[in-house]
Amino acid sequence: MSDDDNAYLGLAEAHEGDEAHWAFGTGFEDPLHGTDTALPPGVDGQALAARCLALGDDALVLAQRLAQWCTRAPELEEELALANIGLDLLGQTRLLYTRAGQADGSGRSEDDFAYLRDADAFRNVRLAELPNGDFAHCVARLLVLSTWRLAVFEGPTTAADPVLAAVAAKGIKELAYHRLYAAEWTVRLGDGTEESHRRMQQALDAVAPYLDELYAAEDVRGQVEAVLRQVADSAGLVLPGTAGLPGSGRDGEHTEHLAPLLAELQSVARANPGATW
Amino acid sequence: MPQMNNVQADWPLYEVFVRGKRGLNHVHVGSLHAADDRMALTHARDLYTRRNEGVSIWVVRSSEITASTPDEKDPFFAPSGDKVYRHPTFYDIPADVPHI
Amino acid sequence: MTTAAAEPAAPPDPLQQHFDDTIARDHRVEPRDWMPEGYRRTLVRQIAQHAHSEIIGMQPEGDWITRAPSLRRKAILFAKVQDEAGHGLYLYSAAETLGADRADLTRRLIEGRQKYSSIFNYPADTFADVGVIGWFVDGAAICNQVPLCRSSYGPYARAMVRVCKEESFHQRQGYELLLTMMRGTEGQRAMVQNAVDRWWWPSLMMFGPPDGDSPNSAQSTAWKIKRHSNDELRQRFVDMTVPQAERLGVTLPDPELRWNEERGSHDFGTPDWTELQRVISGDGPRNAERVSRRRAAHEEGTWVREAAAAHAAKQAERREEAATSRSVACPR
Repeated sequence: MSDDDNAYLGLAEAHEGDEAHWAFGTGFEDPLHGTDTALPPGVDGQALAARCLALGDDALVLAQRLAQWCTRAPELEEELALANIGLDLLGQTRLLYTRAGQADGSGRSEDDFAYLRDADAFRNVRLAELPNGDFAHCVARLLVLSTWRLAVFEGPTTAADPVLAAVAAKGIKELAYHRLYAAEWTVRLGDGTEESHRRMQQALDAVAPYLDELYAAEDVRGQVEAVLRQVADSAGLVLPGTAGLPGSGRDGEHTEHLAPLLAELQSVARANPGATW
Repeated sequence: MPQMNNVQADWPLYEVFVRGKRGLNHVHVGSLHAADDRMALTHARDLYTRRNEGVSIWVVRSSEITASTPDEKDPFFAPSGDKVYRHPTFYDIPADVPHI
Repeated sequence: MTTAAAEPAAPPDPLQQHFDDTIARDHRVEPRDWMPEGYRRTLVRQIAQHAHSEIIGMQPEGDWITRAPSLRRKAILFAKVQDEAGHGLYLYSAAETLGADRADLTRRLIEGRQKYSSIFNYPADTFADVGVIGWFVDGAAICNQVPLCRSSYGPYARAMVRVCKEESFHQRQGYELLLTMMRGTEGQRAMVQNAVDRWWWPSLMMFGPPDGDSPNSAQSTAWKIKRHSNDELRQRFVDMTVPQAERLGVTLPDPELRWNEERGSHDFGTPDWTELQRVISGDGPRNAERVSRRRAAHEEGTWVREAAAAHAAKQAERREEAATSRSVACPR
C-alpha cells in the first residue's frame, strides 16, 4: 500500500498549499517577530549603531571569504557546510545593519552599509579579512571567530537592546554549530596525517597574532581561551601565545586585504548607480 | 598501524534517514560520504535538512546494512499473502455501526 | 510486424520477464532488483552526467556570489549555488545505488571521460546572466526533470522529486531578478536583453540533438528512463517561455519565432547543431576552465580527505584498544 514515489510525503505534508514555501521544510521564522524596534530608553543610539555595525562587518567580511570557497571546497559535502555557515553570517549581517540604521537615526539600509562605505569605514576585526589560505586556515579562522562571537552573543552585553538580543538569540544556535564544525575539523586535521597536522598547526600559528585584537574588542578572553585550549589539546596541537599585533580593525585600521575584498563585493552595485536589484 | 602507509582519500558511504516531524518514522532520504559517524551526521544535517526538513537524523554505514534480496522475495513476503484475515477489510461490518 | 525473428524464440528468462513486467506495469525498479546490464549502464551514465552538470553548473553563477549587488541577492544566489551542490549529491547518491562509485565518477569527470550539460560551458558575463540562467537554464531543467520524477528507476525518480521542488525556487528567483532589473535603469534593461540574446540558443540546445539524431532515445524511452523526446521537451520549453518573455518585455532572438494556430504551439528557428557538437566535444568557450577548476578543487582537497580518513581509522583503533584493555581489567 505504500507508494514508492512518496518517500518524501512525510517531509512535505505539513506544507501543502503553502505557496510561500518553495521546497520541503518547516517554514521560516522571522527572528525579530514580535520584537519592539523602538529604541529603549537609556540606550545610546549612536553607541548601539556602532556596535551593530562592527558585529555586522565581522559577519559580512567573513561571509565574503566563505563565499570565495564556493566550488573550491575539499569535498562536495563541505561545499554545503561552508555555504550554510556563510548564509548564517549573511543573515546576521543584514539584521545588524538594519538595526544600525534604525539606532543611529539615519534610516540607512543594509545595502547602504554594505555597498556605500569604503574600507576605512569598516570596523570588522582584521582576522575576518585575511585572504583565504588552505582548508586548515579556513578551519582555524572559523574556530576562533565562531568561538569568540558565540561568547559575545551569549554574554550580557547584547541584552540592553531587544533587537540586538533577538539577533544574538538566533545567532547563538548558528554559531554553536559553526564552532562544532570547526572544532571537529581541527581535531581531524590535527590528528589525521603528518601533513594535516603540520598544516593545522601552521594555521593556528597564523591566526594567533590576531587574538588580542578580538579580546580588546570584546572582553571574553577567558571563555574563548578555555575552548581553544580544549580543542587544541584534543587535536594534539599547540595553542601559540598571543603576541598581538598592534592596531585594531575596530578603529578602522585594516590590512591591505580589506580594500580589494570590498572592491569585489561592491563592484556591481557601484558600477550601476540608481539601479534596483 | 596497517592503514597509515596507504591512506584512503575516499570516504565510505553512509545511508541517511530523516524523521520529518514528531510522530513519523525515519524515512530513507539518500546517502552521502563521510570519514566517520560524527561527520556523517553533520553532513546529513547540511545536505538533507538545510530547509528544516527534519527533527532527527539517523546515519549508518551502507556496508553495515543487511538487506533482503529479491531472490528471497517469495519466502520473505509471500506467506502473508493468503492471510487475508489479517486485514481489516476481511470483516463485513454493517454500515450503521459507528466509529469502526 | 516484429514476428520475423531470425532465430527460434528463446524461452523467456524469468528475471528478464520480471523486469519487463515491472516496466510494463509502470512500477519502479529498485536497487537490488535484477536489471539488464544495458539498463544499468544507461542509467549510471545519465545520472552521472546529470550530477556532473549540477556540480559544474555551480561555477558560472558561483562567481557572482561575491559580487551580488545587494545582500538579499547575495543570500539568494549563495543558497541557490549551494542547492546545486546538494542536487549533485542526491544524484551521485542515486548513481551509487547502481553500484557506481562517486570517486570513480569524479575521476571520469575531471579526466574529461564523462560529459555534463553543454550549457555550463558558456560564460556568465554580467549579473543579468544570473537571472537569465535561473529563468532559461533552470526552466529548461524543470521541463527535462519533471518527467524524470516518474522515471522507472526508483532512486533516480525520488532524487528528482526533491531536485524539482528545489529547482522551482531557482527559476522563480531568476525571473524575479529580471523583472526587478527591467523596472530599473535603461542600462539594466539593456543588460537583461543582452543576456537573453546570449543564452536563448544555448538553452534550446540543452534538450539535446533533434529526435532524428538521438540514437539512444528509443531504448531509454522503452525502458521508461526517459518519458518524452528531446523535441517534445524543447517545444514545451518554448511554449512556456514565450509568454514569460512578453510579460518581461524582452525579445527572444529568433526571427522565425511565431504562434502556429494550427499546431497550437510556437514555430521556432533551428539551433546551430554544429555549435552544440563543438561544445559537447569539449570546444566550448569555457570547457577547459570548468573542468580544470573542478580538478583543482578535488586534487587540492586530497590531503583533507586523507586526513579525515586517517583520523577515523586511528579513532577506531583507539576504541578497539580501549575495549580490549577494559576486558583485560575486568575478567569475567
